[in-house]
Amino acid sequence: MRKLSFSRKSLGIPYALFLLVFVIAPLLVLFYYAFTDGQGQFTIANLTGFFTNPNTMGTLCYSFALAIVTTAVCLLLAYPIAYILAFSNMKSKSVILMLFVMPMWINFSLRITALKEVLTVLEGNLAMHPFLNAVIGMTYDFLPFMILPIYTTISKLDKALREAAMDLGASELETFLKITLPLSVPGIISGVSMVFLPAMTNYVVLDMLYNSTYIMGSLIGSYFAAYNWHGGSMIALILLGIICLFTLLTNGSEEENTRGGALL
Amino acid sequence: MKKYIKSAFLILVLLFLYLPIFILAVYSFTDATNIGAIRGFSLHNYVTLFTTPELLGMIGGTLLLAVGAAILATLLGTLGAIGAFYSKKGMSQAISTMNQVPVVNADVVTGFSLCILLVVVFGVSKDTFVPLVVGHVVLCAPFVYLSVMPKIRQMDPSIYEAALDLGATPFVALTQVVIPQILPGIISGFALAITLSLDDYFVATYTKPATFDTISTYVVNATKGAQTTIKTALWALSTVIFLIVLILVAVMNLKANKKVSERADV
Repeated sequence: MRKLSFSRKSLGIPYALFLLVFVIAPLLVLFYYAFTDGQGQFTIANLTGFFTNPNTMGTLCYSFALAIVTTAVCLLLAYPIAYILAFSNMKSKSVILMLFVMPMWINFSLRITALKEVLTVLEGNLAMHPFLNAVIGMTYDFLPFMILPIYTTISKLDKALREAAMDLGASELETFLKITLPLSVPGIISGVSMVFLPAMTNYVVLDMLYNSTYIMGSLIGSYFAAYNWHGGSMIALILLGIICLFTLLTNGSEEENTRGGALL
Repeated sequence: MKKYIKSAFLILVLLFLYLPIFILAVYSFTDATNIGAIRGFSLHNYVTLFTTPELLGMIGGTLLLAVGAAILATLLGTLGAIGAFYSKKGMSQAISTMNQVPVVNADVVTGFSLCILLVVVFGVSKDTFVPLVVGHVVLCAPFVYLSVMPKIRQMDPSIYEAALDLGATPFVALTQVVIPQILPGIISGFALAITLSLDDYFVATYTKPATFDTISTYVVNATKGAQTTIKTALWALSTVIFLIVLILVAVMNLKANKKVSERADV
């Protein structure tokens, strides 16, 4: 019997090794490169350089601004869509949901190309509204990723809770604010995390829409093009820090929320 | 009245999502090089798309990479999930945590860090395709793991034991009993892996050989260039991909509906 359980467990070994070598090791190497210079000497110049250079700090702020606005726009569009679909009794509901999700499976660069052609006709010169175009492009790209998790969460909500609230005299607005919205927070959080980080890093959307402003991802791209591994590693590390912080924040609130749900 | 507002909202957002693709599809059947006056029907974009070796090679390469990476990712991810499920808690936790890293990480960071490790530190040439394939497996395998794991949890643990009691070897029990039980998870993981690989830009950019292009890297470079024949041929490619996805979704929906109605009949 012991031999048997050993053989099942050992199936995971190749994947564990794969993750160690190709997921964990690259991050360790990133650390090493971020804190050394071209001669292999320890240095914090890359770190201090980033936080004292007005250009890179500007890039950080621009990335945050772009990510916040994009996430907000996606949320404002996606929540009503998910809400309407989850509570509708349309026969074709699953088909309509599919239509909202389907763009995920079409190559993003081709979709952005299509958007670019249309925006060019509408605006004439794309360079006139760089920030607006970046928000439109990213919303176009990421919206399905916001709709799906919110829809899943709302459609799983216990209908009895809403009915109980209504029976006890809550108005539709009150029911939404006190029941549906708080209970859909986990979906909102996973949607936000699907949109926020790509919006800070997906510089190709900006490139394709002729927005030459840098975001965090573009910095890595430019260091990569210049073979500056040390500078690039530091940016990657800073991004990693932001991602960790973000994950910790969202995990914490998610737990709190499920706890709140359990209390109900 | 309220109902109309709701429908109008849904329709508006759908238009936002699909109108650009539709417009491009219409123009892909014309001689036009810009969205503007329609100058008459033409299939030349499709002829260019299917006769230019450079374009065909790029599409074939992208598909080959996606299938290859997805097969490797499905193997590793599925075995990883089975192994992790039956391992001690600490080990299983460790695998799950490591598995989560590429999922939450930005693709730029994943691609860049792999490039540093493999190309800069170990000196692996990008021309060997090793960094690119490894990169795409890193990108896809965690999602296979995540889609297989719930199926293993749902599986009745006594089935495996029963197979062993009835004289099956562990290998037979695994392949004949466990794998069929979790097959839906494996298939959806594989499909997810294919779409992730097809859609990837960042990991490919940092790990691919200079002379090789995936659809994403090719399109991004082409939009920077001024070659209009290539540009409009890509409109045709976009239309073809849109139609393929549309057909796949329709077939999947029909199958799912059929299953539901079959179940309803029983």
